[in-house]
Amino acid sequence: MPSPVDRRYSKEHEWLKQEGDTAYIGITDYAQDQLGDVVYVDLPEAGKAITQFEKMGEIESVKAVSELYAPASGEVLMANEELAQKPELVNSDPHEAGWLLQIKLADPSQLETLLSAADYDAFTASEAKDAAIGP
Amino acid sequence: MTLELDRVGTESARGDGGAPHPYVPLTDDDRAAMLAVVGAPSVDALFEDIPAAYRHPQLHLPDALSELELVAEMRALAGRNRTAAGSACFLGAGAYRHFRPALVDALVMRGEFLTSYTPYQPEVSQGTLQTIFEFQSLVCELTGMDVANAGMYDGASALAEACLMACAVTGRRRIAASDRVHPHALAVVRGYAAGRGIAVDVQPHAAFAVSDEHACLAVQQPDFLGRLALDAAAWGDAAHDAGALYVVAADPVSLGLFRPPARYGADVVVGEGQSLGVPLSFGGPYVGLFACRDRYIRQMPGRVVGETVDLEGRTGYVLTLQTREQHIRRERATSNICTSQQLVALSTAVYLETLGARGLRRVAELCYEQAHEAARRIAALDGFVVEDDEPYFHEFVVRTPQPVARLNRRLLARGIIGGYDVSAVAGRDGTPAMLLCVTETNSRAEIDALVEALRDA
Amino acid sequence: MRDYGAPLEPHAMALSRPGRIGVALPPSDVLAVGDGPPAALLRDDLRLPELSQLDVVRHFTRLSQLNWSIDTTMYPLGSCTMKLNPKVNDAVAALPGFAEAHPMQPAADVQGALAVMHGLQQQLAEITGMAGASLAPMAGAQGELAGIRVIQAYLDARASRDERRTRVLVPDSAHGTNPATASMAGFDVVAVRSRPDGDMDLDALREALESHGHAVAALMITLPSTLGLFDRNIVQIARLVHEHGAQVYGDGANLNAMLGQVKPGDLGFDVMHINLHKTFSQPHGGGGPGAGPIAVKEHLRPYLPAPVVVVVDDEPSHVGSEGRLPEELRSHDSIPAGSILDPPRSGAPSTYRLADPPRTIGRMGAFHGNFGVLVRAYAYIRSLGADGLRAISEAAVLNANYVQARLRDAYELAHDRTPMHEVLFSGNRQKAESGVKTIDIAKRMIDYGFHPPTIYFPLVVEEAMMVEPTESETKETLDAFCDAMLRIAGEASDAPELLRSAPHTAPLRRLDEATAARQPRLRW
Repeated sequence: MPSPVDRRYSKEHEWLKQEGDTAYIGITDYAQDQLGDVVYVDLPEAGKAITQFEKMGEIESVKAVSELYAPASGEVLMANEELAQKPELVNSDPHEAGWLLQIKLADPSQLETLLSAADYDAFTASEAKDAAIGP
Repeated sequence: MTLELDRVGTESARGDGGAPHPYVPLTDDDRAAMLAVVGAPSVDALFEDIPAAYRHPQLHLPDALSELELVAEMRALAGRNRTAAGSACFLGAGAYRHFRPALVDALVMRGEFLTSYTPYQPEVSQGTLQTIFEFQSLVCELTGMDVANAGMYDGASALAEACLMACAVTGRRRIAASDRVHPHALAVVRGYAAGRGIAVDVQPHAAFAVSDEHACLAVQQPDFLGRLALDAAAWGDAAHDAGALYVVAADPVSLGLFRPPARYGADVVVGEGQSLGVPLSFGGPYVGLFACRDRYIRQMPGRVVGETVDLEGRTGYVLTLQTREQHIRRERATSNICTSQQLVALSTAVYLETLGARGLRRVAELCYEQAHEAARRIAALDGFVVEDDEPYFHEFVVRTPQPVARLNRRLLARGIIGGYDVSAVAGRDGTPAMLLCVTETNSRAEIDALVEALRDA
Repeated sequence: MRDYGAPLEPHAMALSRPGRIGVALPPSDVLAVGDGPPAALLRDDLRLPELSQLDVVRHFTRLSQLNWSIDTTMYPLGSCTMKLNPKVNDAVAALPGFAEAHPMQPAADVQGALAVMHGLQQQLAEITGMAGASLAPMAGAQGELAGIRVIQAYLDARASRDERRTRVLVPDSAHGTNPATASMAGFDVVAVRSRPDGDMDLDALREALESHGHAVAALMITLPSTLGLFDRNIVQIARLVHEHGAQVYGDGANLNAMLGQVKPGDLGFDVMHINLHKTFSQPHGGGGPGAGPIAVKEHLRPYLPAPVVVVVDDEPSHVGSEGRLPEELRSHDSIPAGSILDPPRSGAPSTYRLADPPRTIGRMGAFHGNFGVLVRAYAYIRSLGADGLRAISEAAVLNANYVQARLRDAYELAHDRTPMHEVLFSGNRQKAESGVKTIDIAKRMIDYGFHPPTIYFPLVVEEAMMVEPTESETKETLDAFCDAMLRIAGEASDAPELLRSAPHTAPLRRLDEATAARQPRLRW
C-alpha cells in the first residue's frame, strides 16, 4: 500500500505531518510491519527539545528494540498518552491513532530534507531481522 | 588407592579407533558410514581449516578414569574437607546452613528440570517457565515488592546490579553504601562500578550522608555482623530526600519473621537465596534475589517470565520484556547477564512452597531463639563479651579472650566449626572477636558442646 | 482484562489451602529467653502457599513433565552444546564433603575442595594453552566481564590517562553478551563485518584498528565462529590486533570443537572464558547455574579475578578463606612463576590456599565461584583424559558434517564449507517458495519429537537455523533427526499451513508474547 501523500518521511522510517507551525510525528506502516507487535514506546515529555535526525526515544516490539529519530527539530507539545495502555495502536493505525508526538517546529525548512511519499516507498527495500531464539 | 591429581599422563593412542567411551557413542562402523556420506577421507580432514602448524597439540592431562575410579578419587578428595557434615557448624558470614527437606533434591534433580536449556521454546518449557513465575511471586511475597526477576548469580552480584540499576534510573554516577554491608559484596559492587567509572562511597553506619550526586543508598539487613536496624525507615527517607533509591540487601529466612524492606521504604530489595534450601557447596552455586518497585521494571536486569495465553486460550508462561536483555539490545542492554541460576531458584521455590509462611516463620524463630540462648550462655563465660546492644537475628559478635584462629583450632579438635574472625573487619579495633551463627540445625546438644569448648579453651 | 483458560497445572498459590504444611519442623530446643524480638521489627503479613507434602511433590513432578530436556530429547541448539550430562558428576558434587563445605572455612579444613579447584585451573589452562586460570566467574557472561576487565586493567597500567583505550571490536556475528559486556565495562563497541565466506573481513579489521588508532583495547572473537566455522585467518587476525597494541579476547562458547585439536593460546589468544555448562557437561538446569572461568596468558595473570587457588610450600597456617599472599609476593608484578601451575612435590599431596592475585580486578561474587559446577567439570575432564577429550571434538565435528551432508539439498547452507561442531542453515528457500518462516520449521520440529535448533542467530544470516548435534548422539538419532528435517522440508511445499500452525502435539500451542509484554503479569 503506498504511503499517504499528505506528509513527509525520514530514512529512519518516521513520518511528519505539518499543521501550521506544529507537526505530528509517527512511524510508518512499513516500520511497524518490520517491528512486529509493538509492546512499549518510550517518548520524550512535553517541553523537551528534540533535534532533527537525533535520537528522541525508543520503540519496542516483542523481540526487537529500535531507536526513534526526530524527523525535525522542535519542542515537544504532547506525547500520545494512549500508547501507554494501547501500544498496539502503532501497529493497527500507524499513520493516525498510533501517532507518537506533536511538536512545535523549530525550522519548517527542515522538511525539505525529508522524503516524499513516493521517494520513501522507493527507499523501503531494506529488511528487518528477527530476534535470536537461543543460544 | 593413591591420589594422582596432578600426575601428567602419557600420550597414548588417538581417540578414534580406541576403546568405546560411554560419552561418545559413535562406533567405527558409524564413522566409516558417515565419512562416506560426508565425502571426507578421514575425521582429521574435517579439521582442515585449522592451520597445520597448530594442529594436534600435546595435551598433558592425567589418564582417563572409569566411573568406579572417579568416584573413589572424588570420595577421597571430599574426605579431605572438614565440613558441617561431620561437625557442629557455627559459621555463617554470608552463607548459612539450614535444614533442607528431602523433597527439595528429589524434585530439583529430576532430569526434565536439570537437563533442559533456557526456556526459549515456551511450548516445550512450561515446567521451567512456571517455576520461574512462582519464584518471582515468592520473592515478591517475601520482600513486599511489586516485581522480581528470575534470579541473579548470587546475593553480592545482585547488590551490584541493583546499584548499577539505580545509576541508570537516576542518571547519577556515585553509589553510597553502608560499611555494614558484607565486605565481599562491597568488593563486588566496587568491581562492577569501576568498569563504568562509577564511584562507590562506603559510609559509616547510621551516619549516612546521601547527596544529590548519589544514585542510591545500599544497606544490609541484618547487617554483616548480624544486627537488625530499628531505624531503617529513616535511612530510606534520607535516600529519597536526596532523590536517590534505597537498596536493601536482606536475608530471606529473616523475612519469615521480620518486616519486609518494602515496609521501610526500599525501592530495590536483593538477597542471597542460598539460605532457602540450598547447600553450602563451598560458596556456590547460589542464587541472587532481585525485586523492585513496578516503575523500575524496564530498567530491571535479568530474565523475567510473564503469564499469557496460547492460541487456544489456555494459560501459559513466556519469557517477556526481553528487549531489556543482551540478546536483543546488545551493547545497550540493562546488563550482560544471561543466566538466572534457574535450578537454584527452583530449589528455593520448592523449599518455600514446602514450608509455607508458617514453616518459614518457625525456622526464623528457631534461629532467633537458639542464637539468643547460645549468646546468653556464652556471655556468662569468663573473658567472653557478647555484643548485644543492638537487636540481632541469628548471628552475633563475641569478643574472645584469645585470638580467634587459635580458639577455632581448639573448637575443631572437639568437632566444632567455630565462628568467622571479624577482629580486623572495617570499623573494629582489632580486639579478638568472632561472628557466631546459630541456626535451627544447631541442636541443644551442639550449643552445650560449644559453650563447654569455649569455657575450656 | 484477559480471559485466562484453565492452566495445565495451577500455580502453587491456587493450590494453597490454609492449615497445610509440607514438612514437619521441630519444637524449640531451648528455653524461651527474654521478651523475644522487638515488636516493631516483626511482620504478620507473609503470605506463602500452604501445601501438603504430596501436593508439593505432584506439583513439581507435573511441572517437570511439561519440560523437554537432554534426558528426554535430542536438543540440537546451536552454540549451546546440549550434550550428555553424566549422572556421576551430580553424584560426586553432592558428596557431603563437598556439598557441606562452608566457603568461609579456613583453608586447612577444605584442602579437598581446594585441590579440585586447583586441578581444574590446571586442566583448563592446559586445554586452552594458557598460563593460568581463575574459576571465580559464575557464568559465561560474567567470565566475559572479568576477561575484558583484566585486559582493561592491564592496558590501563601501561598507558597514561589520556591514552586510555576506549573501544572494543566485536564481529557482527557475535553473541549478544559480547557487546553487552564491553559496554558494561565502559567500552564503546565497534562492529567488524564478516566476508561472504564467513571468515572475518581482514580489511574491515585493519580499518577498524587503524581508524580508531590506539583507542582499541581488544577484539572479542568466538572460535569457531558463531557461524560454526574455523576462521582460516585466525593467526593473522591475532597478529594484527597485537601489532596495534590491543589484546585478543576469546569467547569459549564453541570450545567443544577444539579439545585437543588446537589450543587457542597457541593461536595468539590472550584471554578466554570457558563455559563449563557447554563444553564441560554441567547440566543447563533450565537456565543455570553454569560457570565461566577465564584462562589467561602469563602477562595477564596478576590481574585475574579473585580468588585463585595457589600451592603453598609451608605448612598450612590457619589462614582465613580470604587468604592473602604474603606481603613480599603481593609487591611483585606477578605471581611467582609456576605457583599456579606448579607440579606437586613428590609424595604427600600439595597444600593449597586461596589467594588474591597481586593486581586483581577484584571479586566477581561473594565467594569462590560456582563450586558445585567446578566439581562436575573436574570430574568430567578426569573421566575423559586427553584421548577422550580429542574423541569428543572429533565426534562433535563429524556429527555436524554428517547433518550438513544429509540436509544440504533440502535447506540452503549459510556457507558451503566444512563446518566444525555446528552447521548453519537458512530457511530462505522455504520462505521464498511457500512463505514458511524459520520459526514455523522450528515449531514443526517439536511435532516430530526434536527440540528446535537455535534460530535467527547469528543475526547476520537471514532465517538462520543453527544445528549443534554434539558428540553425544548416536547415528540412529542423527538419522531420525535428519529424516524429520527432510519431511518438514517436503511439508513446507505441500502443506505449509501444517508448519504455520505448529506445534500440534506439545503441551501448549504457540503463546501470545505480545500481550505478555504489553501488560506484564509477572506474579500471582
